[in-house]
Amino acid sequence: MKTLKEVAVGQTVTVKKLSGAGPVKRRIMDMGITKGVEVYVRKVAPLGDPVEVTVRGYELSLRRADAEMIEVE
Amino acid sequence: MSVKIALAGNPNCGKTTLFNALTGSNQFVGNWPGVTVEKKEGKLKGHKDVVIMDLPGIYSLSPYTLEEVVARNYLIGERPDAIINIVDGTNIERNLYLSTQIMELGIPVIMAINMMDLLEKSGEKIDIAKLGKDLGCEVVEISALKGTGIKKAAEKAVALAQSKKSAEVVHSFDKKVEDAIDAVKVMLGSQVPEEQKRFFAIKLLERDDKIVEQLNTVPDVSNEIKALEDAFDDDTESIITNERYVYISSVVADSCKKNGAKKLTTSDKIDRIVTNRWLALPIFAVVMFIVYYVSVSTVGDWATTWANDGVFGDGWHLFGIKSLFIPSVPSIVEGALNAVGCADWLSGLILDGIVAGVGAVLGFVPQMLVLFIFLAFLESCGYMARVAFIMDRIFRKFGLSGKSFIPMLIGTGCGVPGVMASRTIENDRDRKMTIMTTTFIPCGAKLPIIALIAGALFNGAWWVAPSAYFVGIAAIICSGIILKKTKMFAGEPAPFVMELPAYHMPTVSNVLRSMWERAWSFIKKAGTIILLSTIILWFLMNFGWVDGNFGMLEAEQLNDSILATIGNVIAPIFAPLGWGDWKMAVAAVTGLIAKENVVGTFGILFGFAEVAEDGSEFWGQLANSLPAVAAYSFLVFNLLCAPCFAAMGAIKREMNNIKWFFFAIGYQCLLAYVVGLCIYQVGTLITAGTFGIGTVVAFVLIIGFIYLLFRPYKESNTLNVNVKSVAKAK
Repeated sequence: MKTLKEVAVGQTVTVKKLSGAGPVKRRIMDMGITKGVEVYVRKVAPLGDPVEVTVRGYELSLRRADAEMIEVE
Repeated sequence: MSVKIALAGNPNCGKTTLFNALTGSNQFVGNWPGVTVEKKEGKLKGHKDVVIMDLPGIYSLSPYTLEEVVARNYLIGERPDAIINIVDGTNIERNLYLSTQIMELGIPVIMAINMMDLLEKSGEKIDIAKLGKDLGCEVVEISALKGTGIKKAAEKAVALAQSKKSAEVVHSFDKKVEDAIDAVKVMLGSQVPEEQKRFFAIKLLERDDKIVEQLNTVPDVSNEIKALEDAFDDDTESIITNERYVYISSVVADSCKKNGAKKLTTSDKIDRIVTNRWLALPIFAVVMFIVYYVSVSTVGDWATTWANDGVFGDGWHLFGIKSLFIPSVPSIVEGALNAVGCADWLSGLILDGIVAGVGAVLGFVPQMLVLFIFLAFLESCGYMARVAFIMDRIFRKFGLSGKSFIPMLIGTGCGVPGVMASRTIENDRDRKMTIMTTTFIPCGAKLPIIALIAGALFNGAWWVAPSAYFVGIAAIICSGIILKKTKMFAGEPAPFVMELPAYHMPTVSNVLRSMWERAWSFIKKAGTIILLSTIILWFLMNFGWVDGNFGMLEAEQLNDSILATIGNVIAPIFAPLGWGDWKMAVAAVTGLIAKENVVGTFGILFGFAEVAEDGSEFWGQLANSLPAVAAYSFLVFNLLCAPCFAAMGAIKREMNNIKWFFFAIGYQCLLAYVVGLCIYQVGTLITAGTFGIGTVVAFVLIIGFIYLLFRPYKESNTLNVNVKSVAKAK
């Protein structure tokens, strides 16, 4: 099982499942990270966190701790 | 009959530009009742009876952020006659997500696709006729920036509002989900109008706790929820979110022609450099340096000096030319008062109370204007979101936002624009925390106090000034950690899932408008408290009993004033801090007008009418009157306690809530007192070996402080907003 947190910069992955619950999960899904969507990991912030991804044609930044909730393949 | 039209859309979709274009200068800017979310209303140009309401930019109608709760309460509770849903054409999938939710409210909707010109440039196309059919509402193309299509959109919205034809939900989810929604709709019965049933049914299925408060009887939908969750192996909230995006993907595939080959846009190229792993921090430092250098060191400093020392001081020279001398406002007023033979006390009240108070408000405005231009530019060009991206890792540990860096940086110059700069932080909790802690950083006006104590008691030791900054930063960090664990702050979640909008060049008119709105709200909302408190303190300082007669005093009779009497009463409070002398207490109080006043007050109390900025004339007297440890405790107290009235006014304006304002000021004073006490008590134990009750208290406080710093806590998941009061208060 791989999560978005472990994906290297420059790779594109498909979202399989989202774990967790509550506001953070809802927010992540509201922003378009849902089952089956393609996510491209664009870059990591200079201090190592958060990460920037491209999803549904726009740029989104999220923390690594939250990226861990997203299962990908 | 007046028509109400709401503008709804995602952040960064051009909503504010459209609102400005539709209403022109006919706007009213305020706050939503009880919260610090901005509320903008305006009249449609050329239509006196059409009110346009600019809702906060939101991504969803979920119950988790203040903006979303405010927007949906307005939409459900106030029921505007029509909604203009603005959609960013370059980012259509995520924008349509909100649209699917808006369609369910049972209000007439017209969709305005913005930034079509940009879309065409990149070779993409949207078939708006098809899109409208797929979504069940009329779709128009606009360019908010160029002003094309907006008139048509507004007129269509007005016509739609008058026809009262509510949007019909044409989208549908998976059969099982639709069945569950239908079942709940039946359960809702007659307490919800037919056209709103779908919205309420979905919210009930999502276990939305905020919606429950708006229903009289809440049907039990747990069976439906369970059936769905078993069937999909997920929670209902996620199931419905998923269904929306599945539907949107099908719509987009049907009506939008995407450009297959991905080209790097200009925005991508800029971002490659600006948030580059190695270049991001140096670029950030340069940008911050420019902001600081212009708005604090150079232009801002000239503007403040001009306003405070020129317009409200000794007068100034137009264009710097010697012969073009323009007298200051106080001297003009003084001349006029003398000419009409005004009584001494009245001219004193007008000059030292009212004019000085107005000066204290307006003196900060020129510098603020300079700073606000920068902030508006950084925000609307898209760099501010990158600031949060770059600095997040450091600041979030202290319950602050990456964007808190700017208020604190500006705060080293002056706390007033520093506090006002916190406006750029969207998250309510982060913003409040920033407002409370920004003034801990020693501002320019606190430097004379530092110079005074360093010079008088520490022979100008090199470490005093850096230690003041260290104390300020430590106070911010500790406060952040302690406060985020308190009840006041624990209630609000802060998901950091943030859009990084494409870079674009902001328009001059938008930047200027934003600058003026912020400056005006400072003058209006902070002005009253600053003016009032200046007048009250003027009265306390200038009136008193001399030889049994109450009357106005000369400046050097400060020790007979009411303030001195109060100083005598409150002095014992500060005895545990090592400076129980009433002179110190009075000096600290006058510091509330402006921190540099502390030095001047000492001068008067030690018998000097005029002293240098660092008060070098009375260093000897001050050194004789108290030990070095007590002086350092006095210094720290003055650095951390309530800031000057102007900054307090800014805090009140930004908190927009009297309870939070007093909480902030109270916390600052309490922290200052505790830290001052610990420094003095522990300091005397080390230097003189004195051990007493005070020492014990100090150690207890230190242990308590450490406990508060390290106690475990859990972040809460619910938004603590009283929805009913937000919905009903008008």
